[in-house]
Amino acid sequence: MTTVHTYDAVIVGAGGAGLRAAIEAADRVRTAVISKLYPTRSHTGTAQGGMCAALANVEEDYPEWHAFDTVKGGDYLVDQPAAQLMTEEAVDAVYQLEHWGLPFNRTPEGRIDQRRFGGHTRNHGEAPVRRACYAADRTGHMILQTLYQQCVKRDVRFFNEFYVLDQLLSDGRCAGVVAYELATGEIHVFRAKSVLYATGGYGRIFKVSSNAHTLTGDGPAVLFRRGIPLQDMEFFQFHPTGVYKLGILLSEAVRGEGGILVNSEGERFMERYAPTVKDLAPRDLVSRAIYQEIKEGRGVGPRRDAVYLDVRHLPHDVIEEKLPDVTEFARVYLGVEPTREPVPIQPTAHYAMGGIPTNTDAQVVVGEEETPVPGLYAAGECACVSVHGANRLGTNSLLDIVVFGRRGGLHMSEFAGDADLPDLPDAPDVRVHETIDGLLNRPEGANAADIRGELQEQMFDLAFVVRSETSLRKMADVLAGLRERYERVFVQDTGKTFNTELTEVIELGFMLDCADALVAAALARDESRGGHYREDHPLRDDANWLKHSLAYRQADGSIKLETKPVKLGPYIPMERKY
Amino acid sequence: MDDGNGLGDVLEASDRRAAGAGGRVTLTLRIRRYNPETRGQESWWDEFTIESEPDDRLLDALHHVKWYLDGTLALRRSCAHGICGSDAMMINGRNALACKVIVRDVAPRVTVEPIRGLPVLKDLIVDMEPFFAGYRSVLPYLINDSGEPEKERLQSPEERHRYDDTTKCILCAACTTSCPIFWGDEEYVGPAAIVNAHRFVYDSRDEGGRRRLEILAEKNGVFRCRTTFNCTDACPRGIEVTKAIQDVKRSILFDRF
Ligand SMILES: Cc1cc2nc3c(=O)[nH]c(=O)nc-3n(C[C@H](O)[C@H](O)[C@H](O)COP(=O)(O)OP(=O)(O)OC[C@H]3O[C@@H](n4cnc5c(N)ncnc54)[C@H](O)[C@@H]3O)c2cc1C
Ligand code: SF4
Ligand code: FES
Repeated sequence: MTTVHTYDAVIVGAGGAGLRAAIEAADRVRTAVISKLYPTRSHTGTAQGGMCAALANVEEDYPEWHAFDTVKGGDYLVDQPAAQLMTEEAVDAVYQLEHWGLPFNRTPEGRIDQRRFGGHTRNHGEAPVRRACYAADRTGHMILQTLYQQCVKRDVRFFNEFYVLDQLLSDGRCAGVVAYELATGEIHVFRAKSVLYATGGYGRIFKVSSNAHTLTGDGPAVLFRRGIPLQDMEFFQFHPTGVYKLGILLSEAVRGEGGILVNSEGERFMERYAPTVKDLAPRDLVSRAIYQEIKEGRGVGPRRDAVYLDVRHLPHDVIEEKLPDVTEFARVYLGVEPTREPVPIQPTAHYAMGGIPTNTDAQVVVGEEETPVPGLYAAGECACVSVHGANRLGTNSLLDIVVFGRRGGLHMSEFAGDADLPDLPDAPDVRVHETIDGLLNRPEGANAADIRGELQEQMFDLAFVVRSETSLRKMADVLAGLRERYERVFVQDTGKTFNTELTEVIELGFMLDCADALVAAALARDESRGGHYREDHPLRDDANWLKHSLAYRQADGSIKLETKPVKLGPYIPMERKY
Repeated sequence: MDDGNGLGDVLEASDRRAAGAGGRVTLTLRIRRYNPETRGQESWWDEFTIESEPDDRLLDALHHVKWYLDGTLALRRSCAHGICGSDAMMINGRNALACKVIVRDVAPRVTVEPIRGLPVLKDLIVDMEPFFAGYRSVLPYLINDSGEPEKERLQSPEERHRYDDTTKCILCAACTTSCPIFWGDEEYVGPAAIVNAHRFVYDSRDEGGRRRLEILAEKNGVFRCRTTFNCTDACPRGIEVTKAIQDVKRSILFDRF
């Protein structure tokens, strides 16, 4: 049985981006938020370090400096007008959150305190600047809580533990989504004038990741299957400091507060790679430096495949007051006492720069002309505006989700206010039924955990910090094999109540789609830029590659690649030195 | 290898630890199951014995069971590092997050049950709605009708510190479902709701404190608490839950906050 609901605005995802959009839309039009997790379980809650805005509360700063850092940090693949807009709106976005009660740390004068973060500098690179607003090392938790509180206050309608599995389009316009209710196994059709995707990242395609088990790229994959392109998928951020083997993030704030990276010789090696900003260089550079140290035999740990993050020299109160959670992670998961011992770390898959292409109103756009799909929106990590280009700066994602969540929520409700209700396509739920029935009616088959495990291992070995044509070709072959096995995957649980085995298997299918797009785009881009490093093409190639990639899934299953120009602005691409 | 800064020793120590941790351990999981769709209203126990890394999380062990031994096992989880609040369970009789329990600490045998006092829906999944209803009842959002300044509202570090502890709550329900009063009566708002009221009552920017205290002074409110400290022991975020409840009681009694 299928239930049909009708809304003006449907928001898919209840992390920071989805909730921020919901606050905007719910005040204006009939709005529903659909989330596969309870809103407060969303991964925004794990963000630690901070959210940047040039408030200039502790030292001189300007949005323009912030914009420059964002563009340079993104290795000039950033659309500069979008970055300018985001860094200008940042200041009010922070005040807005404060007015809603976000408990920022404070300066002695009672203002919002700010701290240093990688790649954020004064006056175009002179020295690190204090720009990150923070709430201890749980800034994301406080943003998620605050936004959820505002939704409770506004009595926003939530459909929690509902999985969106398909996008409906009619006559080229958004008509709604199809969702699976976890508690009952029922299918729901949401007929809607506008839909905004805010489904987060897909770091789980890599073995070592800071991302939740549930970050499986559902939104991008659902749209990819419906012919919407995915942009800049080759750009994935590998954060330098993940807990060894587990990938749990140890925030850059640790280095912002003075923590340093050391190799097996006790050397603070970042002094060699980035003499000016040292340990606070952008993440792609630091991750590659770690890779290099390990490769040259200066790694630590039993397999010499880690380096140390050292905070032993930091004052005790800094650790207790500003970094309580991250030090706890080291204690619980590694049994290491950070005040006495350095913590073994390794790069961890952290953030998807690429995703669903949008403009600055969060409208989904296709093709080189960036034609909006009427009624279709995306914001947050699943979207690609692009404000992060080839490498996101720390603290710019929490900013991105509130700025573009707000803009998307606003635009979609204005759109819905004017538009009439779209017709539903015939048999709107048939595709989802086919998928589910196909999975449940198989007497035996391949084990999903094996497929997932192999995907994660191989992506970690072949498409991680360092890539090459050889490694990526190999990965493409691996993916073809995994796809074949996935076609025969077996689900033991045939029930309707909380069949989380089924939903995990569907998520695995979405992960394979994201990996396909990533590898195809990474193979094509024969240059190195930001998070995408090709050891066979180690230099940036602006003549040929100062452009975005777009990957389309073709009817025959193959992937077609296109490019579109980067929107330039005042900042002329130059070599990135820190 | 000594480099004069003590790192050589540390390196060796960490190598020793890693080498020592190398061996796998055998873990038997005794799990309380429930599935009204296939087995009616009675719960039952299942046992699974697996090989595990000693430094794995209990959540990893549960995943192993689900992924390789019994796909029907149902549990909630997301972040896997103690922040999202999805996987509160009763582990060896005490509430904890499965992703924060390390196998080494429970091997060779561990008992896993759903948290108590909320209706079980399937295996380790309970109906969280009554819990969130309690949360919503205390007006868990900043109330301030005095208009918004152009920039931030000022708040001193001391004022900020006053409610710091209760901002850490991840709504995992470990506290509320370890409380004997709540087991006896689901109408009691429970520790987590009080923690979330506390977070606003003592925030210098908030003007809704009195309304919240009135709500908590009612019969299902804070005076049901018998100070058993189960909640404080259960909280995976280390929040001093009982202290927060005592703060609120005192504020109601002396009308001061
Ligand atoms: C450990 C960690 C630390 C970080 N620290 C920082 C930091 O300090 N500063 C910073 O700026 N950035 C940081 N980031 C990045 C930033 O936190 C994330 O990029 C951002 O929070 C993503 O928000 P989101 O709203 O896009 O997605 P999420 O918060 O991940 O939310 C996704 C939502 O989509 C829902 N969903 C997904 N698929 C479906 C589906 N099929 N159907 C229905 N619902 C679905 C989920 O239920 C969830 O509600 C950090 C990231 C991590 C992992
Ligand atoms: S107070 Fe602690 S135990 Fe209770 S819900 Fe919050 S985090 Fe969980
Ligand atoms: S899975 Fe998030 S708290 Fe355990």
